[in-house]
Amino acid sequence: MDVAIIKYNAGNIYSVDYALKRLGVTPVITADPERLRKADKVIFPGVGEAFTTMEYLRAHQLDQVIKGLKQPVLGICLGMQLMCQHSEEGNADCLGIFPTEVKRFQPTRHEDKVPHMGWNTLTDVQSALFEGGLEGQFVYFVHSYYVPVNTYTAATTDYILPFSASLHKDNFYATQFHPEKSGSVGEQILKNFLQL
Amino acid sequence: MLAKRIIPCLDIKDGKTVKGVNFVNFRDAGDPVELGALYSREGADELVYLDITASHEGRKTFTELVKKVAAHISIPFTVGGGINELQDVDRLLSAGADKVSINSAALRNPDLIEQIAKHFGSQVCVVAIDANQEQGDWLCYLNGGRVPTGRSLFQWATEAESRGAGEILFTSMTHDGVKQGYANEALATLADTLHIPVIASGGAGEPVHFRDTFALGKADAALAASVFHFGEIRISELKQYLRQEGINVRL
Repeated sequence: MDVAIIKYNAGNIYSVDYALKRLGVTPVITADPERLRKADKVIFPGVGEAFTTMEYLRAHQLDQVIKGLKQPVLGICLGMQLMCQHSEEGNADCLGIFPTEVKRFQPTRHEDKVPHMGWNTLTDVQSALFEGGLEGQFVYFVHSYYVPVNTYTAATTDYILPFSASLHKDNFYATQFHPEKSGSVGEQILKNFLQL
Repeated sequence: MLAKRIIPCLDIKDGKTVKGVNFVNFRDAGDPVELGALYSREGADELVYLDITASHEGRKTFTELVKKVAAHISIPFTVGGGINELQDVDRLLSAGADKVSINSAALRNPDLIEQIAKHFGSQVCVVAIDANQEQGDWLCYLNGGRVPTGRSLFQWATEAESRGAGEILFTSMTHDGVKQGYANEALATLADTLHIPVIASGGAGEPVHFRDTFALGKADAALAASVFHFGEIRISELKQYLRQEGINVRL
């Protein structure tokens, strides 16, 4: 299995690398367009800020490369948000794979803390990523911005309001949570992605 | 609904787990990676590894350990101890830690919180505060509770939040080691004052103490060391109990 992780100016790339190695897959971490195009699977991880990351991707022509990928692609956290149309974070125009807005959480009660950080449950799961009885399972989130529930929502989580824990459209899959930090449930989701 | 978190803390010296561990049929208790993996299997939501080594050599050993933990364990973990400047944070995050915990260095140099938040994001920056209750006031201490500062816990926690801390880890020196429960009154005041998660630390002796710190202390997470290390409380059983008591935990 030839898995490529998109290398860019983001943190947490190595957590995904470690998680895949635990599943017996050694990924290549690369920003080379040719190398990304020929991989069986591509993972677009991310922790960082939307605007500066989009500028970086455009400066390295990675925006066009990612949009043009034909194999299964998995965006994680910021990676998922950057696959959307536009983000309130830094008023950033994003890749537009999912035609939806990324919004900042607006707390309604004192107990609603931003970022949403910790373990929360998956509901209404409806993509191949969640094969194996993952409805209701806990996964690990760290984020201040969210994607509203829309046509492409593949799993929902409730924090302040119901939002998209996962998106799916054609060959593009995405999770707002971190499967690489979500214990055995996260391992199952990564395994499911590798089997697509 | 967001779950309340249970966090075992492992003290590390020269790459080994310090506190005595008393698990039946578990031989590698001194190995921080094996112990962390065991806690993860038992249902721990996060881990904290605290480096209590002082030497330069010890620091290198700890960084190597962080890499091993990141490679083997699939839940988030925080590292602390000996973090004095941004370079230390970079080294530990690059080794694979998800968050760093800073304590004395933040009190001495509060700018460090802003630097970490700006470079790596608030979510990686846990500000740990050791405080003792003295004549009605909660006062902060430096160097693992050895040096008094005279600063108020609530004032310092508020400043840490405004400077960009992502979480506050509050250890009550008054309650630590006594096993009579967490400092729930002070914790509830912190929860009502702050807009970031609060981790309760110091005082866990029985399962009911965890329930109380969530229900009365309004804590987002509870940290403990010896009750887990000595096998007095099993995390899997603790979480079953908390669920029965109506606390939302991950099972």
